[in-house]
Amino acid sequence: MFNYNDPILFVLVGIIVAVVLAQSIFFLVKAWKRGIQLGMDKKKLRKIARTAAIFTVAPAVAIVISVIALSKKLGIALPWLRLSVVGSLSYETIAAENTALAMGMTGSVSTASQYVTISLVMTISIMVGIWLVPVLCKKMQKGMSSLEKRDKKWADVFQSSLFIGMISAFVGYVFCNVSRLWTAGPDGFVHVTKTVVNDQFQEVTETVSYSATSGLIPVCVMAVAAVVMAILGLLAGKFKKVHWISDYALPVSLIAGMASAIPVTAWLG
Amino acid sequence: MKEQKPYIEQVYRWGLIWNLAVMVILMAFPIVVAILYHAMPDWQGLLGGLMATAPMYWAVGVVEVISYIPMLGAGGSYLSFVTGNISNLKLPCALNALEQANVKASSEEGEVVSTIAIAVSSIVTTLIIILGVVLIVPLTPILNNPVLEPAFNQMIPALFGGLGVVFVSRNWKLAIAPAVLMLILFIFVPALNEGTVGIMVPVGVIFTLIIGRIMYKKKML
Repeated sequence: MFNYNDPILFVLVGIIVAVVLAQSIFFLVKAWKRGIQLGMDKKKLRKIARTAAIFTVAPAVAIVISVIALSKKLGIALPWLRLSVVGSLSYETIAAENTALAMGMTGSVSTASQYVTISLVMTISIMVGIWLVPVLCKKMQKGMSSLEKRDKKWADVFQSSLFIGMISAFVGYVFCNVSRLWTAGPDGFVHVTKTVVNDQFQEVTETVSYSATSGLIPVCVMAVAAVVMAILGLLAGKFKKVHWISDYALPVSLIAGMASAIPVTAWLG
Repeated sequence: MKEQKPYIEQVYRWGLIWNLAVMVILMAFPIVVAILYHAMPDWQGLLGGLMATAPMYWAVGVVEVISYIPMLGAGGSYLSFVTGNISNLKLPCALNALEQANVKASSEEGEVVSTIAIAVSSIVTTLIIILGVVLIVPLTPILNNPVLEPAFNQMIPALFGGLGVVFVSRNWKLAIAPAVLMLILFIFVPALNEGTVGIMVPVGVIFTLIIGRIMYKKKML
């Protein structure tokens, strides 16, 4: 029987992860050298790197949790690969489930053929960004810089619009379950029956109940993070010499928001 | 002596080479596994799996590339589309770094700063995942602890709460219309949820660009 945790699979994944790591290091070194050439302060660059590293910890731990979740169906090596290169929990789960259903699989992955098929579907499906960026990047960046040359002020508005547009979509998403407040039944719950694929790749119907107020949890968490960020912003403006306030404001607000989710979920969930 | 190309031109070249290399080794994984185990793919399963998965992923991929390249910068785009987790990690990280360094995304300093932030974030993520894989047995009960679960479930709201304050406070006039539109859409259209937020990013971006253009022309910004 095929072992999806065979050491050889870890060696293969290890090689790929090493290449991806090398790419990041390569770009880091090149950008760093260019920054120095441009006369940017080394201390400033170091600070940017440190903040980025600290900010990354919590989201990266969330990715480890996704690896654990996927490992029940696919072993550890394949989720390690998929979540180190492009993937995400929801993408990989859907890809694995679609393929398992198409193969008529029951139970977890038990043959090399199933493993190869699932990893092929995952790889081919997720590849778009990797080849499309080299195709489009130069053209798009050139477009941005010619815009900058033509009309500097509009280029600034353009750039801000991109960021604001992206952020507003996610802010909207935070409110997506608020409607449970008025769609809940007389028992105070919204019952959702859906077909899900379990760890054995079997389709099962399950009913999940959400309390009417559960849609407010993300809203409250976002509010806590926003308030913490605003306070840190005000403090940073007041105590200009205490640099760590502005340097670590985003990671601190992220952790504060996430921590607040624990009591808020107990209260509203 | 050969004259050196401008930095940005070199980035395009390095990006092309690296991304092609990553593509090749990624495709090599299933092929090498197939050879090692003398196993052919289940062709029917492959076709069925691809038909059910690829069209949607490709469409989302194209939309993501187009919407994120101008925000991530060149070096940041090559790296981000290889290492993934863009909206929940790489892009916020780059935005925060640009803010921290007080440089514009479109300047060469901005290019350098976002590349450094995204590269460091990619390295740290990769290392933490390696650590997680090595320590998966002792870590599983800790990370799957029901007490911690809500904290990780609510990472995106916590992230965009902090990021929102910074960018909305700086551009509040521009932010009002897209924020109101997105709130109404997400609250009242049941189909909009976690799975569809990625599709709504370009909608938000295009809408904000239109509003931005109008406000700019009317000198309201």
